[in-house]
Amino acid sequence: MQFGIFSVSDVTPDPTTGRTPDDTERVRAMLTIARHADEAGLDVFATGEHHNPPFVASSPTTMLGYLAGVTKDITLSTATTLITTNDPVRIAEEYAMLQVISDGRMDLMMGRGNTGPVYPWFGQDIRQGIPLAIENYALVRRLWTEDVVDWEGRFRTPLQGFTATPRPLDGVPPFVWHGSIRSPEIAEQAAYYGDGFLHNNIFWPMSHTRQMVQFYRQRFEHYGHGRADQAIVGLGGQAFVRKNSQDAWTEFRPYFDNAPVYGHGPSMEDFTRDTPLTVGSPQQVVDRYGSFIDEVGYYQRQMFLIDHAGLPLKTVLEQIDILASDVVPELRRIADAKLPADVPANPPTHAERVAAARAAGDVVATHVGEGGDEFTGRRAEEVRS
Amino acid sequence: MTAPTGRTLAVVHAGLGQPSSTRLLADRLAEATGRELEGLGHPATIEMIELRDHAHAVVDAMLTGFPSGDLASAIETITRADGVIAVSPLFTTTYSGLFKSFVDILDKDALTGMPVLLGATGGTPRHSLALEYSMRPLFTYLRADVVTTSVFAATDDWAQAGGQAHGGTSLPERIERAGRSLAALVASREERGAPDDPFAGTPSFLDLLGGD
Repeated sequence: MQFGIFSVSDVTPDPTTGRTPDDTERVRAMLTIARHADEAGLDVFATGEHHNPPFVASSPTTMLGYLAGVTKDITLSTATTLITTNDPVRIAEEYAMLQVISDGRMDLMMGRGNTGPVYPWFGQDIRQGIPLAIENYALVRRLWTEDVVDWEGRFRTPLQGFTATPRPLDGVPPFVWHGSIRSPEIAEQAAYYGDGFLHNNIFWPMSHTRQMVQFYRQRFEHYGHGRADQAIVGLGGQAFVRKNSQDAWTEFRPYFDNAPVYGHGPSMEDFTRDTPLTVGSPQQVVDRYGSFIDEVGYYQRQMFLIDHAGLPLKTVLEQIDILASDVVPELRRIADAKLPADVPANPPTHAERVAAARAAGDVVATHVGEGGDEFTGRRAEEVRS
Repeated sequence: MTAPTGRTLAVVHAGLGQPSSTRLLADRLAEATGRELEGLGHPATIEMIELRDHAHAVVDAMLTGFPSGDLASAIETITRADGVIAVSPLFTTTYSGLFKSFVDILDKDALTGMPVLLGATGGTPRHSLALEYSMRPLFTYLRADVVTTSVFAATDDWAQAGGQAHGGTSLPERIERAGRSLAALVASREERGAPDDPFAGTPSFLDLLGGD
């Protein structure tokens, strides 16, 4: 099982000091957090995508492209790539570019986003959220797997003779997750393609997460990608850890009480009971997260939100160290012990996907355009015809 | 299904006092409806939900997006009921904020087609039409099947057992009529039975891809 961290990139005042970082400081803090997670030995760093304050992560592939150059081992991913409001052509191009730059050390998670006005700002209609996610992703896949695409749909201008470049690394597109909290249509989509399904359950009770994951697993099997328990599942999570449980509670409470989303709402006692948020000692986090396999079946990726609500960078880096040294090794041991036969221990790496694609004869061309004119890759007479 | 079977009535009220005249009206409406259903061969189970007990959880759910603990059970009770009796005190011309907040956290389809009887309490009969201009449209918006008779109880009504206080029928008579209406509507429907599979309505991917 992989263990990683994800950021929603919120710029939030530290409630204990009143200090608010500016956008530059926050972006740089995210870079520091990702590098630190890599050095500490965590498996994944994922950034969200937002197009409105107080969030700064508007350009995931710019950030991840830089990180690809300065990190060594960590898998770079997204904690939503907005499949609804981004141009699917740009998604196909940008993530293929990231795949090449990172030498395949990346994947991405499609999501619809949760900020209503983003739809009209980008010329879309929020009521079409699901149809946009379906159509746009179908186009992304074609752009990755077909050399030259002729395409017409409901939401985007048609394409004639379009080739997305760079072509996928080694002729195999990136691995894709689909994230949804409430919409079974998205679990259905993930299952149909045999892609991963990530339930970011940080605000949700496990009973709900279990239902969504089981639905995805059944449909994954239905579409012939393998047994239900072989489907690729990820979960969100949230933890604040100190050696002594009481220290964790005392230190985190002002951040909890003032956090975006749930601040000034439920008590930390209620919220830690009802959601995966775990505040306490390393052993308490291990006990809680080690039990999730029993709820949803063996899953391949566990992500933690650790840098939100105004927590200072120094604290976040300490949290990474504690996770990496005192929590994750123990969770890995539990996960390994609970790994059923013939179930993937981790989401597929690029190398594994290349091997599988070669075995199945599914590798696509790594360059397109031989024989065309030097600017468009196509001859004028073809375009006219 | 033609054999007489039981029905579940969920009664939700937003009374704040203890004792509460809103609770009293809710109890009376539930008794009247239950009695009628019994007579129609459908013995009723009555589930009482006091929103006062869930007040903090309702606000939490508005902030977090999900209901927790007992509130989740209460919402499930309402959603799965065969009929709902909803009663609110009238504050500042309309249903109480707690009542509306509770309705706001229900799934938008939770009450679609649900037989609903409305009741309200207030200080004077001058507010009685609030049931018609604010409470009924709220449930109509949710596509609930609201029975024609709704019952308003002013403070004075509780002292007018058989009287003709407002040139009309007494509170007990109105309660009886409302109970009869809801019972008839509930009895005309099949028992809701086991909860729906929340994923049963998910279209297959090929349908989704077809753009329907």
